[in-house]
Amino acid sequence: MIFEEILEQINAHLSDTLVKSIDENASPKAIVIDKSSLDELMIFLHKKDNLYFDSLSCLTGLDNGVEANTMEVIYNLYSIPYDHHLMVKVILERTSPILPTVTSIWKTADWQEREAYDMLGIKFLGHPDLRRILMPADWDGYPLRKDHTDQEYYRGIKIDY
Amino acid sequence: MGLLDQKTGNGGVIVTKFDDLINWARLSSMWPMGFGLACCAIEFMSTASTPYDLDRFGVIPRASPRQSDVMIVMGTVTFKMADRLRRLYEQMAEPRYVISMGSCSNCGGPYWQHGYHVVKGVDRIIPVDVYVPGCPPRPEALIGGLLKLQEKIRQETIVAPVAIEKFLEKEATNDI
Repeated sequence: MIFEEILEQINAHLSDTLVKSIDENASPKAIVIDKSSLDELMIFLHKKDNLYFDSLSCLTGLDNGVEANTMEVIYNLYSIPYDHHLMVKVILERTSPILPTVTSIWKTADWQEREAYDMLGIKFLGHPDLRRILMPADWDGYPLRKDHTDQEYYRGIKIDY
Repeated sequence: MGLLDQKTGNGGVIVTKFDDLINWARLSSMWPMGFGLACCAIEFMSTASTPYDLDRFGVIPRASPRQSDVMIVMGTVTFKMADRLRRLYEQMAEPRYVISMGSCSNCGGPYWQHGYHVVKGVDRIIPVDVYVPGCPPRPEALIGGLLKLQEKIRQETIVAPVAIEKFLEKEATNDI
């Protein structure tokens, strides 16, 4: 199924205003939605017989910087039996990046959401175990935020060269 | 068997200094604790393989710090690993030695500027005896490092520890 057909399916079965905009430059093409409709859309994409996105290939967090004052969470979905892709973007406020988890739909989201939390401080409501995954548990700050500055010392070890 | 060739007299008696005997034993059986953290570990594996044959130096990798004499830190040391590395070092029985292999463990390597997660040199955590440069170092370089460590061990003496002497010297001149 190509992108336009997937989009048609979404518009036919869910609210017309759910898809806020379309990113044609993304690869695969992306739809941008509000975080309030995330749950509804993801469950639909997963359950609908002829869409059947049974695989969450990748979940990425993105910081657009202080000036844009937004963050994004990007979901790359893939349907193994139908071999079609879809990218879903959710734009968040940078000051309070909170959105619902998708771990109840795709188990693989567990660690990927933990990574987004670890690196960017994006909080996933309803996540079963939202801890840091890569950095030590007592680390300060979120290193992939654009305005991040390193601590001077970590447990007495100087960080800068 | 340089020691035996030189010291064996006709009577089958070996006369040597206790120092020499101990040092010879130590430098001929440097059992390393493999601390493979990144690509340098692959280079270490090929050093241990048939073409380079680390066995001929008495270097036999051990899986436990309690059986090891030398820790070869091969790879990028992250802050999360720093604790574990320090603890494993402290579990090794003395005398213990450390070889820092490759740019990452020498000084942070390519992560020196933006690597918020990388310890900029393993010598910030544990004392290092020999640094092996390279990214990653070739097996020849690692063997060179091991030979350097052998040289260092050969100079040791149990009656007058050099490090303590140097320390006392410094203390006497208030140079610390």
